[in-house]
Amino acid sequence: MIKNKINYSQRKYVIESVFILVAIILLIKLFVIQIVDDSYKHSSDTNTLRYITQYPSRGKIYDRNGKLLVYNDAVYDLMIIPSQAKDIDTASFCKLFNINNTTYNNNLKKAKKYSNITPSIFISQITKEEYGRIAEMLYHYPGFYFQTRTIRQYPMPIAAHTLGSIGEVTKPEMEKDSYYQLGDYIGKSGIEKYYEKQLRGTKGLKITVVDVHNREKERFMNGAFDTLPEPGTDIILGLDADLQAYGEHLMAGKTGSIVAIEPTTGQILAMVSSPTYDPNELVGRKRGTRYNELLKDPNKPLINRAISGTYPPGSTFKMINGLVSLQSGVINANTPYPCNGPTSAPIKCTHYHGSPVRLYDAIENSCNPYFWQAFQDMMNSKRFENQKAAFKFWYDLVTSFGLGRAVKTDIPFTVSGNIPKIEFYDKVYRGVWNALTIRSLSIGQGEILVTPLQLANVAAAIGNEGYYYDPHYIRSFGNTDDSVSFEKHVINIEKRHFKDVKIGMQSVFEGEHGTAKWSKIPDITIGGKTGTAENPHGQDHSIFMAFAPVDNPQIAIAVVVENAGFGSMWAAPIASLMIEKYIRGYVTRPNVEKRILTTNENPK
Amino acid sequence: MRSKTIIGKIDIWLFVIYLALVTIGLLSIYAAAFNEAHPHIYDFSQNYGKQLVFIGVSLLVGFIILLIDAKFFNAFAYVFYGLSIFCLLLVLVVGSKISGSTSWIQLGPISFQPSEFAKFGTALALAHYLGKLDTDLTKFKTKLTAYGIVFVPVLLILAQGDAGSASVFIIFLLVLYREGMGGKILIIGLVAATLFIVSLCVSKWYIMIILVVIFALFLLMINRTKKNILLLTGILIAACAFVFSVDFAFNHILKQHQRTRINIILGKEHDTKGVGYNLNQSMIAIGSGGFSGKGYLNGTMTKYNFVPEQHTDFIFCTVGEESGFIGCFFLIALYIALMLRIIHLAERQRSPFSRIYGYGIACIFFFHFAINIGMTIGLVPVIGIPLPFLSYGGSSLLMFSMMIFVFLKQDANRMNIL
Repeated sequence: MIKNKINYSQRKYVIESVFILVAIILLIKLFVIQIVDDSYKHSSDTNTLRYITQYPSRGKIYDRNGKLLVYNDAVYDLMIIPSQAKDIDTASFCKLFNINNTTYNNNLKKAKKYSNITPSIFISQITKEEYGRIAEMLYHYPGFYFQTRTIRQYPMPIAAHTLGSIGEVTKPEMEKDSYYQLGDYIGKSGIEKYYEKQLRGTKGLKITVVDVHNREKERFMNGAFDTLPEPGTDIILGLDADLQAYGEHLMAGKTGSIVAIEPTTGQILAMVSSPTYDPNELVGRKRGTRYNELLKDPNKPLINRAISGTYPPGSTFKMINGLVSLQSGVINANTPYPCNGPTSAPIKCTHYHGSPVRLYDAIENSCNPYFWQAFQDMMNSKRFENQKAAFKFWYDLVTSFGLGRAVKTDIPFTVSGNIPKIEFYDKVYRGVWNALTIRSLSIGQGEILVTPLQLANVAAAIGNEGYYYDPHYIRSFGNTDDSVSFEKHVINIEKRHFKDVKIGMQSVFEGEHGTAKWSKIPDITIGGKTGTAENPHGQDHSIFMAFAPVDNPQIAIAVVVENAGFGSMWAAPIASLMIEKYIRGYVTRPNVEKRILTTNENPK
Repeated sequence: MRSKTIIGKIDIWLFVIYLALVTIGLLSIYAAAFNEAHPHIYDFSQNYGKQLVFIGVSLLVGFIILLIDAKFFNAFAYVFYGLSIFCLLLVLVVGSKISGSTSWIQLGPISFQPSEFAKFGTALALAHYLGKLDTDLTKFKTKLTAYGIVFVPVLLILAQGDAGSASVFIIFLLVLYREGMGGKILIIGLVAATLFIVSLCVSKWYIMIILVVIFALFLLMINRTKKNILLLTGILIAACAFVFSVDFAFNHILKQHQRTRINIILGKEHDTKGVGYNLNQSMIAIGSGGFSGKGYLNGTMTKYNFVPEQHTDFIFCTVGEESGFIGCFFLIALYIALMLRIIHLAERQRSPFSRIYGYGIACIFFFHFAINIGMTIGLVPVIGIPLPFLSYGGSSLLMFSMMIFVFLKQDANRMNIL
């Protein structure tokens, strides 16, 4: 039943011809690039191609006023290609580079293990001076050459924790991002780590032809395949270098931290963690040993206490409790509560003042019974279905200040602190608990833990009367004028309540009994609050938070001095000095400054 | 007469060529990914060790195929096709993204590329459809169905964003041509492609002038009947319209990376960092191989890892650098031998299914071979499709092997078809 289909089998020749024709075209092109065109050929035994990575200059870092914080300096890495390093006079080599034979052999082994033909670093970071002496002798040693590198330099020895440092890439880092090769540098902490991609720029590549005498002869194909490095982007921080330096000066010899924030933007003005170290120490060849020393130091200078230290906020938390009670409608700023001084129950008062007290006096005098009663009345209020609903109301407002959660901006390794949840108490007290059970919350003790960064942010939020931006380091990138903005959070508490609280905080400095009246600054209004965090392991921590000027805050600050006792003794004067330094540019109270700098009653 | 066992009946030439290509592939991957810390080729933590496993699996699957009844693949052609379409749809829903396109399905530790399977399925389905005795490719309806079989997977693969794999299906036009489709479409296609490239390089007004000149020459040469003049004028207008639409297509339909790749090949754009970087490094590697190459495992470009993706799409660089023009010549000859052998075997089939299937896979191999090698030496834009049997990768090796083994089985069984 074969139909009269035409037989197309002759078309097989057309198809075969197409196949063969294409193969011939491929072969012609191959013939051209492999045999005719010389420019691709570098396979002779004498000439080899050397691929030299052109490192871009890493972006510089400036403070908010354009002061240089980090820049680059040139050093030289001695590179080796093991397969080309033959007939080396080891003795003279070691003498020239001032290393011993063991080091030579170890480095060679390491390089060979990485690759026999890919260059790797043999000796890193040779200074400009050494380079001058060595460079002209290098032709004796085939397979070795110099590669220019930059290292970080810090004109001011400040802000080590914020700026962070760079170091050689590790294997996991190389596996994660194929941009990096053995011996490359990568941001390890702080700004250097977070903005690594912007700061590092893009590597370039120079291909040169090298002869048997280890001399670079010419650019391969006149540089047609070379790429230029693209320099990294500069970064401008919100940091004020002078304020930062002053803060580190004030905290010298003490353990603790200072965080200052610009309330209108959330930019960090200063972040001090003491003890600290000079960032220049973690640069260059000494980085490894110095890093280990710092790591072993019992005072833990590598830890940034400002973001990872958690403390009970103590009395500084009273403003938040006051605000929550006001917002609940259970009290107003004029609601009076009695205070029986040291005989008050269940929480006694540690200050001596009249009775009854209103909100303003309660903040001024840091009156415990007032805040306990306000808290209790809110918890028991009929406005809420039950105590748990009241607690939920409290919890939601407290956490809206940024407490109990880590800051997710360019500040790495922030910790979340702790604001206890309903579930926590349900578990601990098996579901049966009330205001009395959790009374220590009313005065900022108990399970509450905050970081100095969070505390400064609370000061900013109160200063702003109800909003804040997530705190962050960066102000802008060097290549644009636009500042980088972060999420704005609005707190669900009426502005008038903030105004009442601010009046109380101002009288902490200006009132007759104000707990920080000794730290008052002439002509600058401050709102602040002292705190003393109970420390089960030793003497209490001295805490202070503040913002200034009261009507239009330019700076919000939190200070924690560990094991230093009352907030009014240490943290308050330090905060007031910082505020004056920032707003006025200089300090008018040398006696206060002198006491902070010289008194030795500090803290064990 | 007792028939020999199946192993005795398979075409030994095709099988040997297949084994040779797979072996060259393994050795090249070993050279490209050579790691001194893991010098053994059977080190399964390395790509060459894995490729060795893929080869073993492919041979095992191939052996199983040889044991299956030959009629199975004809009878179940549409099932394979349907399954591959299903996988292509599935990948749109649950696919994982690897280098830009969502074309992989992840099954535990195994990831698999349905577009590879679709080539196999389409070759089977097309052979089954055209192989039916009453199919007549001069009929419009038949043509439409045949195009449909080819273009459904193309559309689905395009939807994954994998234009490279989709372009492979164009080659089925050659199969249709062999089976009786008019040759005009091939010529029109060729002219259109030429015009496309020329109009990207040269101002369209010059092209118009040239077209008008050609038109005038034709008018002088042919019988100036009314019909011919009308036809020629129509062609001229169509060609001019095409030239004008190229600009639009290039700027609005192609994606940026595709435009860049074409511009680099045309020499209009120099980009030694991005897409051009691969190509330059690849050409340096191949060019530096010279006449006889640098010797196995001695390719410096290869070792420097200066050609990204060298063990997959750019595996030809290793051959070019380490074995030079001689090696390239030998390899290309081997591919031509493979394709011509398949065509030779296809023509001796009694069953149209086997013949058409043979042409189908020969054309698929051809397209991959031409585009992949052309890409590494700068003849065609960078299109990420593997070099059959050489490139590293389980899905592609398994699929290419299955194509070969199904054909070997059909050929071994040809005498049993009346």
